[in-house]
Amino acid sequence: MSNNLLVEVDSVSRYFGDLAAVNDVSFTVNKGTVLGFLGPNGAGKTTTMQMITGNLAPTSGRIKIAGYDLLDEPRAAKACIGYLPEQPPLYLEYTVDEYLDFCAALNRIPKKQRLGARQQAKERCGLTDAGRRLIGNLSKGYRQRVGIAQAIIHQPQVVILDEPTAGLDPIQIREIRTLVRELSQEHAVILSTHILPEVQSSCDHVQIIDRGKLVLNDSIDGLTQRMQSSTLSLRFSNSVDTSRIEQLNGVRSTRLLDDGRYQVYYQAGQDPTDALVKLAVDNHWGLRELIPEKASLEDMFLELTKHDKTQAEATI
Amino acid sequence: MIFTLAWREIRSMFLSPLAWVILGVVQALMGWLFLNHVDNYMSIQSRLLSMQTPIGLTDIVVASVFGNAAIILLLVVPLITMRLVSEERRNRTLTLLYSAPLSMTEIILGKYLGILFFLLVVLFLVALMPLSLLAGGSLDFGAFASGFLGLALLLASFAAVGLFMSTLTQNPTIAAVSTFGMLLLSWVLDTGGQGASGNVLAYFSLLNHYEPFLKGVFDSADAVFYILLITTFLVLSTRRLDADRLGG
Repeated sequence: MSNNLLVEVDSVSRYFGDLAAVNDVSFTVNKGTVLGFLGPNGAGKTTTMQMITGNLAPTSGRIKIAGYDLLDEPRAAKACIGYLPEQPPLYLEYTVDEYLDFCAALNRIPKKQRLGARQQAKERCGLTDAGRRLIGNLSKGYRQRVGIAQAIIHQPQVVILDEPTAGLDPIQIREIRTLVRELSQEHAVILSTHILPEVQSSCDHVQIIDRGKLVLNDSIDGLTQRMQSSTLSLRFSNSVDTSRIEQLNGVRSTRLLDDGRYQVYYQAGQDPTDALVKLAVDNHWGLRELIPEKASLEDMFLELTKHDKTQAEATI
Repeated sequence: MIFTLAWREIRSMFLSPLAWVILGVVQALMGWLFLNHVDNYMSIQSRLLSMQTPIGLTDIVVASVFGNAAIILLLVVPLITMRLVSEERRNRTLTLLYSAPLSMTEIILGKYLGILFFLLVVLFLVALMPLSLLAGGSLDFGAFASGFLGLALLLASFAAVGLFMSTLTQNPTIAAVSTFGMLLLSWVLDTGGQGASGNVLAYFSLLNHYEPFLKGVFDSADAVFYILLITTFLVLSTRRLDADRLGG
């Protein structure tokens, strides 16, 4: 078990002055998983990643990479990490080959194995033909690929990608998704994004962070289950007393939509459909429509992050 | 690992025109000054011979050339050191070094070594000029070596100051201007102040410790002064990089 635990983040906080960019975040990542990191702009995604990669020291809390504490044994811990920051750290005056060789040397790959490591990284990122081109002359998509190649050249156990698909065209995005899948077989991958479908298609674990706090931490299966049926859409021909619906077991809230339909939100696993139908018949509300709605990740995301905001406003 | 970083610095420098331009300009200026000194020596040669303790070629030409080189390089070194850290910070490539299994000390030493190598090339090119006099005369090699060593130590100190200034900012121009200010201040320190406090200030003048070397006097106190100065600024630079990680 402990061999599989590659990243341990233990109640980590980071303050910039009075601002808590990351506030008491804890999570773990196992081998073979792809963790998707979601959050609105400025939520603390990048800060968290910078802390895991040792670019930023946490104000409090501990981070362990593959069993090595990032503060006590930074060198051993960092050797297990490949990191692609938001802006790929490229030397524009180098060719792709020269740059990758330099990265290989930085990560202490022995001289004899560097050529092989470089070839493999290039193959995986679709850069085989670009080896002799100057990085400064490459397009944004290609630069992004070089950035990823740089992150995986030393076969790190943990690969951390900050918005890997930003600025790429749809074909490249798909290629990168395949790459991430491929990587996850031998490594643990953490990727941040604010593109939601990307998470659904390439991650098997999702975390949503908002205002520095972790508001959701679930596997993608659990999430789909959660999303599958937590909303009912109803239409009645007569007027309705919503407070009576809200009293039903499991119902969290109701909402009247603009087109005259009602939405009923309920807690997962406590489907109130039967009770609701009975209630409607008993009271002669004239039930015309009852549709179990499948919430998208987007709804979930909005709900979670909005929820927090109203709470924050309430405390002010 | 340090050498990998140093090698990258050197390569980057020579991949951009900056290094070549600097080498060319310094060489042209020094060539002109060198010829002037040789000319000067020729014109006063007959009078020198009649003196009781004749001062020779080394005292006049070599000392003057090394003396001039110090001033010219004081103006040039900030231009070489300015981009060391600041440019990497601006281009966000510093992340690559921070995420790699490297200590801050290794990063600083690597960069410093790269610059030292470049300055050594400059130094050799400058030293070739007085050495060319061997074709028609002889030199006092003791005095020559002392001047060479002095200039090397002086340049190494300039580079350490420049490296530190570069770690403070993400704008190369600011790094260059502040390095230039620091170096110039250290040059003129001995002209200000009278009495005891003036002496203390003068002691910290970088060029004051260089004078004895030019006269052929190797005083270990002067050498140690430079070495301490270099160490101080390298340690400060390391601390400054660390602060990047810690600070907000």
